[in-house]
Amino acid sequence: MSADPSIQAASGVHTLWTHAAEAPSIEFLQLSPALIVLGAAVVAVLVEAFAPRSARYALQVGLSALALAGALAAVIGLAAGGWATEKAAVIGIGSLALDGPALFLQGVILAVGLVSVGTFAERRLEPVAHGARVDSFAAQPAAVPGGPGEREAIKAGWTTTEIFPLLLFAVGGMLLFPAANDLLTLFIALEVFSLPLYLLCALSRRRRLLSQEAAVKYFLLGAFSSAFLIFGIALLYGYAGTVSYAGIAAVVDGSVENPSPALAAAMGNDALLLVGAALVLMGLLFKVGAVPFHMWTPDVYQGAPTPVTGFMAAATKVAAFGALLRLLYVVLPGLSWDWRPVLWGVAILSMVVGAIVAITQTDVKRLLAYSSIAHAGFILAGVVAVNPQGISSVLFYLLAYSFVTLGAFAVVTLVRDAGGEATHLSKWAGLGRRSPLVAAVFAIFLLAFAGIPLTSGFVGKFAVFKAAAEGGAGVLVVVGVLSSAVAAFFYLRVIVLMFFSEPAAEGPTVAIPSVLTKATIGIAVAATLLLGVLPQYFLDLATQAGVFVR
Amino acid sequence: MIGLLVAAPLLGAAVLLCGGRHLNRTGHWLGTALAGVSFVLAAVLFVDMLGRPGDDRALHQHLYSWVPVGGFQADIAFQLDQLSMTFVLLITGVGTLIHLYSVGYMEHDNRRRRFFGYLNLFLAAMLLLVLADNFLLLYVGWEGVGLASYLLIGFWQHKPSAATAAKKAFVVNRVGDAGLAIAIFLMFTTFGTFAFGPVLANAEEATQATLTGIGLMLLLAACGKSAQVPLQSWLGDAMEGPTPVSALIHAATMVTAGVYLITRSGAIFNAAPDAQTAVVVVGAVTLLFGAIIGCAKDDIKKALAGSTMSQIGYMVLAAGLGPIGYAFAIMHLVTHGFFKAGLFLGAGSVMHGMNDEVDMRKYGGLRKYMPVTFVTFGLGYLAIIGFPGLSGFFSKDAIIEAAFAKGGTQGWILGAVTLLGAAITAYYMTRVMLLTFFGEKRWQPDERGNEPHPHESPKTMVIPMVVLAFGSVFAGGLFKFNDAFVNWLRPVTSFEHGHPPIGVAAITTLTVVVLLIGVAAAWLQYGRRPVPVVAPRGSLVTRAARRDLLQDDFNHVVLVRGGEHLTRSLVYVDNKLVDGAVNGTAAAFGGLSGRMRRVQNGFARSYAVSMFGGAALLVAATLLMRAV
Repeated sequence: MSADPSIQAASGVHTLWTHAAEAPSIEFLQLSPALIVLGAAVVAVLVEAFAPRSARYALQVGLSALALAGALAAVIGLAAGGWATEKAAVIGIGSLALDGPALFLQGVILAVGLVSVGTFAERRLEPVAHGARVDSFAAQPAAVPGGPGEREAIKAGWTTTEIFPLLLFAVGGMLLFPAANDLLTLFIALEVFSLPLYLLCALSRRRRLLSQEAAVKYFLLGAFSSAFLIFGIALLYGYAGTVSYAGIAAVVDGSVENPSPALAAAMGNDALLLVGAALVLMGLLFKVGAVPFHMWTPDVYQGAPTPVTGFMAAATKVAAFGALLRLLYVVLPGLSWDWRPVLWGVAILSMVVGAIVAITQTDVKRLLAYSSIAHAGFILAGVVAVNPQGISSVLFYLLAYSFVTLGAFAVVTLVRDAGGEATHLSKWAGLGRRSPLVAAVFAIFLLAFAGIPLTSGFVGKFAVFKAAAEGGAGVLVVVGVLSSAVAAFFYLRVIVLMFFSEPAAEGPTVAIPSVLTKATIGIAVAATLLLGVLPQYFLDLATQAGVFVR
Repeated sequence: MIGLLVAAPLLGAAVLLCGGRHLNRTGHWLGTALAGVSFVLAAVLFVDMLGRPGDDRALHQHLYSWVPVGGFQADIAFQLDQLSMTFVLLITGVGTLIHLYSVGYMEHDNRRRRFFGYLNLFLAAMLLLVLADNFLLLYVGWEGVGLASYLLIGFWQHKPSAATAAKKAFVVNRVGDAGLAIAIFLMFTTFGTFAFGPVLANAEEATQATLTGIGLMLLLAACGKSAQVPLQSWLGDAMEGPTPVSALIHAATMVTAGVYLITRSGAIFNAAPDAQTAVVVVGAVTLLFGAIIGCAKDDIKKALAGSTMSQIGYMVLAAGLGPIGYAFAIMHLVTHGFFKAGLFLGAGSVMHGMNDEVDMRKYGGLRKYMPVTFVTFGLGYLAIIGFPGLSGFFSKDAIIEAAFAKGGTQGWILGAVTLLGAAITAYYMTRVMLLTFFGEKRWQPDERGNEPHPHESPKTMVIPMVVLAFGSVFAGGLFKFNDAFVNWLRPVTSFEHGHPPIGVAAITTLTVVVLLIGVAAAWLQYGRRPVPVVAPRGSLVTRAARRDLLQDDFNHVVLVRGGEHLTRSLVYVDNKLVDGAVNGTAAAFGGLSGRMRRVQNGFARSYAVSMFGGAALLVAATLLMRAV
């Protein structure tokens, strides 16, 4: 501590400030995954500003892939160096946690991001526009859809390479989100990954209006939920006098030594705590798309460019569930009698509503959106288990689910007709007759969603339900299994449609993608089968990683 | 190392079946080479095993566990002990020879690559079956060989008869497979594990009823796979498959899996005498049943199929005798593997030279045209009828002695049945021999007017026949010498010397006498006078035997008709009750879904309201939880 009395007098939130003033040590090595990704994002912005248009695509794809691979290597290096277990620590002046769950989920997010670069960069699916191969993003996003500006941009063969820095910023925010160890970092990380996603949603080359509508809705509702979240943070700060997770947890436990008079008075006031906790929870439940905060999901999943949907559906869920786990297991374990029943309700609602409403969907992307809502419910069942298996089963589930989702949306990008992707289910009839391989791959993903053995979905669901049952949430398991049965109906219906229906006369064609999408789908299939057939290594990994640093 | 045994043919199957057209020219050699690799590996492991003392010979290898959950442990783990080793050598050895034979036999088939893919798949599954160290993995292999058998019986799928035969084999085998599944369920609930070690070691602790149940279910499984009464009906039809398949799968290896299962589960049967009696009865009945069918068939492969059934009956009978019989069951299994495979390959060679004619009444006098086939087939013939000094003599004689040694009335009955079986065996095999190789030539042009030109087969076919003929001649003596085979298996199967009520010399003499009677009877009927090309009407028994002793008629009347009535009534119940409930539920959910999706109206403002309401509920619920 400095000898300056004026600094010593400062207290509370200002301590953060004072520490910074005396040049604290920054753990660059331990922060390297996020630093690499965010640094590369800044460089990518510079590339966008200064590199000639013709060179940008190659530069951006290379830079993104390199940065994400490098960050993934850093995460693996840190985990191998013991930072996930015995060396787990709070870093970055108390703002971030470096522990098993953080590293595990960062690894998953980076892998998802890396694979997504492939679908983002895919340029073989759209027809050649004026001699140039183009991707699935708008040529000139700022132009009015269908207006002269857009036409000229298409004629010039422009593409929006800004998607890559946006992707990197989103991944950077997602890396920080599950690792955030105080409420302010949590909020900032949330905004850092949300804002690029809002933009990405608006960039679809086909059906621009739908895409822009989705983006506006997502932005409005996201801002709305952020307001709740920040209000909840304010209330929690008012209650505990600190935003640090450990600090709040100590106040909740009543284990603070020599509380100041103001704090002592607040500690008795549980209303602040309960309302604050509920609002912060709500902000996170919005991001995972749990009922009743799920309404944005179908519209946004449907409107966003499909590569973005795939990335968002997989990575956002991973990041948000990571943050939710840390909040519930590190900050609020002392409150578990209060939040468990509430989350029970949310989990049951999510499973039931997701599964039932999905039955009558006619659009593949909306179907997958409702399926993601039901899956949010399944994962919540693991979250409320409140035991170590709960953490590890959720980690495993997220790993399994993210690859299945990525793969499924990647397949959706392949099935096309004159208007772009043919997402209406009736167009998928008989797909298995014409393109058996694509249909078979999609069937594997659907079976994994449905939780059929020998796919990763089965192992994940089994682990989550087992943890929930051991955590005393038997009712949740029963509801979960029944909803799975309902959900199996609409997954299998798509398979029946693909393989046992007569092909539609004017049916869509399956585009032959470049190696990028092929790699994405290949990796997703491999992960789905590997985690289904040989899950033990990854289950052990998740169990090892399932300890939070406090 | 043990895993490689299975992996080599599995790799071959994968490459050949997924590889595509450019493997058409080399694929068969790849398949043969990989079978050979397995055999070499097996030989190396065998030598390695011989280097260790008797009780220390079993090897274990644990590959990985598939979702170990609580008490449920599904391991991919291998166990290579003397019993498994015996099978592995037989499977890979005979398997390699038959791969080689098929290179010549299937030369003109344009789907030859696929054929070798299936053959490799069969080898992998069969090796998995005998190498598994638990019943669950054994079941995987069990189903795998069933699949390979189905694919190969129906290999010439353009023939409706082949397709039907494949389907029949598959369906009948399902009955047996269900038995195995139930046996495994019972074992798991009783012992809490699938592994051979703990299940067999603790077998005696279970109740008598459970053990009998498990034993009978295992027997059912064995009946299905090994074509024993009452699940025997598929084997004759299975001869629709290419002849190498009949030799490998439906004579030498797969159909003996039932004997393996019973021997492997010996501890269970030893503790359940009732189940053991059932095994003996099934063996004895099948022994005669198959032999009688064998006497009446004019189709050379079907006659041999009847014989296979009958010989496996001997093995099952021996396995049912308990520790006095296990080793002899396996010994007969191995010698049978040699001579029956050799006989089938010989039959294939004859068919190859006779435009694929199978009716023996249209053969005759072939010994001059195919001398090597004649000699190798003849040696196989002498071996199977138990001609003194050849393989079959030692192994069958041992079973007959063990049958007498069962003791009491049972012993006498079983002894008599085995002796009778030996006489009939001599009769029908002599009949096959005389009809095919001796007498006048009775060939006729086929429907397209092609006159057959019998000729010796190519080298790739002849070499395997010669090698197998060596096995048919010497294997039995080698095994019998110093009780080598019994001592080899003793650590696994346990062994007790049986004491027949009459002297061993007397039994051997009796065996030889009935053998001569059988041969003489056949000679009187088929050797002394010319054979009619069109089969005479025959007696009632003959006609019944030609129809496989009415097995299909019985199945049709009892099972098919009964099954039809049952399914009709079930369909009625299903339509009215079950579907009503199911469709009702589905309609209810669909209606609910339609109503609930109306909330999703597309307006951001309504979404925001729902979020606000949700947040309010969340806060209220949290506060309420504290209040109550």
